[in-house]
Amino acid sequence: MIALEPYLDLIISVVYVVGIVLFLSLFALFATWLERKVAGHIQDRLGPMETGGWHGWLQPIADAIKLLIKEDIIPAAADKKLFKLAPYLVFIGSLAGFAVLPFAANLIGSDLNIGVYYVIAVTSLVVIGILMAGWASNNKWSMYGAMRSAAQMISYEIPVALSLLIPVMMAGTMSMVEIVDNQAGGFWNWYVFRTMPFSLIAFVIYFWASLAEVNRAPFDLPEAESELVAGYFTEYSGIRWAMFFLAEYGDMFVVSAIAATVFLGGWYAPFPFLDIIPGPIWFIGKTAFLVFVQMWLRWTLPRLRVDQLMYVCWKIFLPFSFANLLLVGLWVVLKG
Amino acid sequence: MSETKEIHIPLGPSPEKWDLLSKGIDPFGDQMILQMGPQHPATHGVLRLELKTDGEVVTKITPYIGYLHRCFEKVAESVTYPQVIPYTERMDYLAGMNMALSYVLAVEKLREIEVNDRVETLRVLVCELNRIASHCVAIGTFALDIGAWTPLLYLFQVREHILDLLEELSGARMLFNYIRIGGLAHDIPTGWIDKVREFCTYMDPKIPELNGLLSYNKIYIERLAHVGVMSQDVALQYGITGPNLRATGFDYDMRRDAPYSGYEKYDFQPQIGAGEQGTPGDCWDRYIVRVREMEESLKIIRQACDRMPEGDVKETIPKSLRKMPEGEVYVTTEAPRGELGIYLVSDGTDKPYRVKARSGAYCSVAAVPAISLGGLIADLVAIVASIDIVLGEVDR
Repeated sequence: MIALEPYLDLIISVVYVVGIVLFLSLFALFATWLERKVAGHIQDRLGPMETGGWHGWLQPIADAIKLLIKEDIIPAAADKKLFKLAPYLVFIGSLAGFAVLPFAANLIGSDLNIGVYYVIAVTSLVVIGILMAGWASNNKWSMYGAMRSAAQMISYEIPVALSLLIPVMMAGTMSMVEIVDNQAGGFWNWYVFRTMPFSLIAFVIYFWASLAEVNRAPFDLPEAESELVAGYFTEYSGIRWAMFFLAEYGDMFVVSAIAATVFLGGWYAPFPFLDIIPGPIWFIGKTAFLVFVQMWLRWTLPRLRVDQLMYVCWKIFLPFSFANLLLVGLWVVLKG
Repeated sequence: MSETKEIHIPLGPSPEKWDLLSKGIDPFGDQMILQMGPQHPATHGVLRLELKTDGEVVTKITPYIGYLHRCFEKVAESVTYPQVIPYTERMDYLAGMNMALSYVLAVEKLREIEVNDRVETLRVLVCELNRIASHCVAIGTFALDIGAWTPLLYLFQVREHILDLLEELSGARMLFNYIRIGGLAHDIPTGWIDKVREFCTYMDPKIPELNGLLSYNKIYIERLAHVGVMSQDVALQYGITGPNLRATGFDYDMRRDAPYSGYEKYDFQPQIGAGEQGTPGDCWDRYIVRVREMEESLKIIRQACDRMPEGDVKETIPKSLRKMPEGEVYVTTEAPRGELGIYLVSDGTDKPYRVKARSGAYCSVAAVPAISLGGLIADLVAIVASIDIVLGEVDR
């Protein structure tokens, strides 16, 4: 009998990592189905109805299998190594964010003392993958998509970070678990409703800027179909294309989960007596709602133009988040 | 056994340019040549635009057409007069009725056939129905190119109703062959007029809905106002007609100013652009003119339903078209994408000597470089969508 004691931490980590990858894949599958359903119902259609019987619930599985067995085309003029590597880098960027998402008080990959900072850092990794994909494809449309994406994601990083700093300042910590713990005891304690209206503004700015972070409408310029064909993944096919897709839905989950964590009370119920329902359900429920709002916006709004996108970021979001930050800082200092 | 051959794909600049590069001269400058189309989601078919871009700014545009050229004019010379009608409908396949009407009116003018009131009223009715269907696609794909998906689906529902109506009438959904020389293929089915009235009632709330969802959306206005401004001078120089001309504020509509097929009996108001959200003749004006034109078409449809006279739709169909009078005629009508002129030369035989079609969309394509230089790629997409071209009509 081998003593398991020394390896226990390792085993738990491996199990958690496998669990997270499974969760991400399942969530992405579910989200593609949900996206098509939401789009369908918004557009007065039904969406997938056939595969699997009940409301086409097997459709994402069928799509995944189709993508797996499709030919993996690499353009002759592409930079093959980078072309192959890019989708995984994008995927890792989105997966790494999951490490610090607190599904419940003791269900977290790693309660880093710089949790919020870590998330901001690893989600920027996605930019490198996208630039790589756009460059390696050796396609002008991909290049445009990659350039737009880099400009957009780096610009919007700033309002995102500034808005996230507000709850961090109020909590006095960057640890995800402690931030959530500070919001215990009913929805009036959530950071989104404390120090009204500053934190609410921060939440709104964060949510909109995060849409640009994950390239969702109305900020979906990098993959704007009608302008750039498909942006940086124009040349991708099969499972590599699916990796981009998976990463996109993973990213949607991560940014919504962070909003749920730092603004909407994480795993706590809106009313204390509802805390008998397990935390992960509240956490995933709040996140899923925000994901739904992202889909809702996508199927309702037209797309911005590049210059308008930059205008919104640098001339509206940024000054407001700075002013917001100063005012909340003042409030924190005065309060003690 | 065939030997596998390695395909050599030339990469990078040509030897002459390498020479320049090695001397430290950049042969390309900061500009990049970009081929937009013929397979690109936003070119509405198979249009190719060769762009010179400086970053995202477009500095030169050359449209190339002809990818959908089907020799309409040449084919028309080798088939008999009635056999040309299906070919006309394949020009602007989104508005087949309007295309056929123009040709049929030309042949009728040549042959000096006076059709009765019922035929005229029914022709107006189906043409206006088809105009709404055509504008639905125009506006829907326009919205799609700006990034809004949902209006397209809503508008296709409206179009679906119209196509159902026209299918019941003619048996086909897009290429009808319903309007014939001297009359119509057959009379309307029983109760069809009531169905058209039902459609009008169904359609009424759809336009306010569209306005709420799309037309007055802040992002949509920001994207389209002041973009691709076409001045009246430019429009007249390029021979722009139809909604694109009216959007510049030029009040001109063939249906009112040179009525055909009894349009003078209807009460409607041609819509002109006034630069409500930006400059007169910008993309938003071109958009809203089409939306309002759908309302006007609905008015005409209602009036046509109300005044539908009795009569035989085949009364004036000529027994034989073997012997045509010699001569030439030119007839223009107001098609959804601008004036459609048919120039017809007859040498007295059963086949036209020459058929020339003057299409509105063709002129619109020519004007693209004049109105979109210096804009961004996203603006160019909006402009190409706003002038509403159907490549079948451009290339013929």
